[in-house]
Amino acid sequence: MNAEIQRVGAIVWKDLTAERRTKANFNSVVFLAGMILLLFGFAIGPGGEIIDAISGGVLWLTVLFSGVLSFNRSYEQELENGALEMLLLYPGDRRAIFVGKLLANLFFVLLVEVVMVPLAALLYDLPLWAHIGPLALVLVLGTIGFVTLGTFYAAMASRLRAREVMLPLLLFPMLVPLLVGAVQATGGILHGDLMGSTASWLKLLVVFDVIFFVAALLAFEHIIED
Amino acid sequence: MSNPAVLAAGVARRFGRRWVLRGIDLAIQPGQVVALTGRNGSGKTTLLRLIASILRPTRGEIQVFGFHTIREGASVRPLVGMLAHNAGIYDDLTAAENLVFALRMAGHSARRAPISEVLDRVGLTSFEFERVRGFSAGMRRRLGLARLLLRPPRLLLLDEPYASFDQDGIELVNEFAARIRDEGGAVILSTHDIGRAAVVADRRAHIADGLLGEQAIPGVPAAGGQP
Repeated sequence: MNAEIQRVGAIVWKDLTAERRTKANFNSVVFLAGMILLLFGFAIGPGGEIIDAISGGVLWLTVLFSGVLSFNRSYEQELENGALEMLLLYPGDRRAIFVGKLLANLFFVLLVEVVMVPLAALLYDLPLWAHIGPLALVLVLGTIGFVTLGTFYAAMASRLRAREVMLPLLLFPMLVPLLVGAVQATGGILHGDLMGSTASWLKLLVVFDVIFFVAALLAFEHIIED
Repeated sequence: MSNPAVLAAGVARRFGRRWVLRGIDLAIQPGQVVALTGRNGSGKTTLLRLIASILRPTRGEIQVFGFHTIREGASVRPLVGMLAHNAGIYDDLTAAENLVFALRMAGHSARRAPISEVLDRVGLTSFEFERVRGFSAGMRRRLGLARLLLRPPRLLLLDEPYASFDQDGIELVNEFAARIRDEGGAVILSTHDIGRAAVVADRRAHIADGLLGEQAIPGVPAAGGQP
């Protein structure tokens, strides 16, 4: 077990060290997120009620589009020099690779959200600071499910030729239930929970997170082999 | 009698509709070095990847020191080391960091590992703390070799080991292969350069049309001979 934890730690360390050195992924993802938020702002135009109604959706779509970039990059560096084959050749449980990639991606996407959410609050005049605790909880729960599926499908797409195109095609349909839960919970927190349903959406997110994680963990070894 | 280092029976592998290997039978005993030859695209690398348990055979099965490569892959992987076309190293880590990563992935502590000594052995001492991004192809291969030197395997798989290496590097590869053989391990060396491989190889296995044929290496006594 200790050896598996060491392997997970090695993957996280390697991925984050490479990202810290180049910052190529972080800069492009944050830039894309900012552009999406701005474009939605222009498309919707000034109008408090519309923004209030859709801000949760805009926030999660921005996370979705920008997150996909980082998932692609996560496996790209393994493919560049045939490193994926070497990863598969190391002793131990190959699921450690998945858990390591998942944790590195989770840290990365949450870091992007730390920049993106205040920017969204500024652009759309969202009451961020009044609800920071519950909103952080929704973001973390939604992001765990999103990153779990994203990391899994990025591994699957890494074996395909048109992986940049295939990843969103595989991933987005699977994310629909999670996205609905996350958008509803975010909207409820930011603009009043009239139906008292936010707690139920949060529980649903927890259930999705657990199901996605267990299913992805069990299937990973089969999809990562050529 | 000890288990063969490699025992392959009826191994076939298909990519899409194309059968790359059509029925490979191969037995390699501990203490043997086998040179694997064949034209480009004949399936040499595929066979090495199958033996390393990176790929699943479409048909047939392979055992490495008695362990089934698919059913007991977790037992096979600690025994196998591979130097592939691409050295499988990370551009944005330094040479030393790549070795630390490899050790940690292999379940070993990097704290007292002889990283500097190994880098010195492959001639990369002055590049220990430099990022791999600026390395030449030969330096990357040397770093790949350093990773194997840190954790010498019982079964060494070398895919085109002489490509990108200078004469000094080629001697390093052959010395390492001889060391694995002398310590009771086995080596499979895929190459087009049979002349260089003849320095250490005992047997030559030639792949053509997805099948394997055994040939003696001219001028090299068969140490171990046929399995």
